[in-house]
Amino acid sequence: MTEQKEKKYIRSHEPIFWGLFGAGGMLTAFLTPVMILITGLLIPLGIIDKGNFNYQTLHSFATSWYGAAIVLVLVALPLWHTLHRIFHALHDLGVKRGRDWQQVLCYGFAFAVSVFTFTILLQMF
Amino acid sequence: MNQKIIEIDILRYRPEEDDHPFTQTFDVPYSADMSILEALQYIKDHLDSSISFRWSCRMAICGSCGLMVNGVPKLGCKAFLRDYFPKRISLEPLANFPIERDLVVVMDDFINKLEEIKPYIIPEKNEAGDKKCLSEGAYKQTPEQMEKYRQFSMCINCGLCYAACPQYALDKKFIGPAALTLLARYNRDNRDAGSAERMKIVNQEEGVWGCTFVGYCSVVCPKGVDPAAAIQLLKVESSKDYLIGMFKPE
Ligand code: SF4
Ligand code: FES
Repeated sequence: MTEQKEKKYIRSHEPIFWGLFGAGGMLTAFLTPVMILITGLLIPLGIIDKGNFNYQTLHSFATSWYGAAIVLVLVALPLWHTLHRIFHALHDLGVKRGRDWQQVLCYGFAFAVSVFTFTILLQMF
Repeated sequence: MNQKIIEIDILRYRPEEDDHPFTQTFDVPYSADMSILEALQYIKDHLDSSISFRWSCRMAICGSCGLMVNGVPKLGCKAFLRDYFPKRISLEPLANFPIERDLVVVMDDFINKLEEIKPYIIPEKNEAGDKKCLSEGAYKQTPEQMEKYRQFSMCINCGLCYAACPQYALDKKFIGPAALTLLARYNRDNRDAGSAERMKIVNQEEGVWGCTFVGYCSVVCPKGVDPAAAIQLLKVESSKDYLIGMFKPE
């Protein structure tokens, strides 16, 4: 009998990034249009009273624990989504050089800005 | 009678005499019920007997007659002149595969990948390491259990999805749509116990994670298999597998 050599399979870590990408994509698809509608149309047109969106109200929102969590999620997840997409688009465009560095730069940026946002929010408390 | 004519450009390549592929044009008498495959047979019988192409069943069952029609992967027997006439038609061998001769491509990589994913039922083993004996009865399956994989079992291995896939075009190591779909077909079968073995293939970079959900494979598939959906389902499975692997390393 011929000896069957089991091929070596290397597990990809993509599930983590794909998970963040998927979650960010959902948020971007569902919430970004709403936010643009509110801040870009309804407030300027005076349909929503802009008094609700002054610095004080927004600041107190961002310094409540649930407000801070919402801001963090709204900033961080779409960012992970975008940079994941950019990372794969570079591959699609045939930019083959330095895939490792592309990965470090893309996800590193998303990570850094997430941490940055988190720290700022913490400081505001 | 005034016979209508359709012009067909064919990319030809005869390795023993041509340095490069070249285009040759044929005038074929047009009729509305003529398929591209029949047009090729007309050319071979009446215009140039040296032209090579694959075919067998003429009814979208065997999967041999794949080719590019105006740049889109199609089955020659399922595409009809009437959908192109009076414009000319250009025929080329399936993209992303090496040309063997004229419209015939080398399918070896595709066939190897189909074999690699263990496309057969791997039965459950008892403590002694034996599979269930025939006398213990059949492996049963309800219609609902069959429905979980039925669509993915409709593939005829024509390779159109590989010709459509931009990720396979960029990286031939990618397992690709049809093979991953076939893998999903067996993993989703309740009579099969080989999921763990196959998930190792799925979890790789060149497994499901080579796919960026372009979805063109499902557009060109002549059998409605929807390989893109099979791959997305496997991505979810692979993510679960990843989480389990974090807490329970092998
Ligand atoms: S999935 Fe569809 S396009 Fe791909 S090989 Fe099977 S039948 Fe052909
Ligand atoms: S000849 Fe069999 S699928 Fe076209």
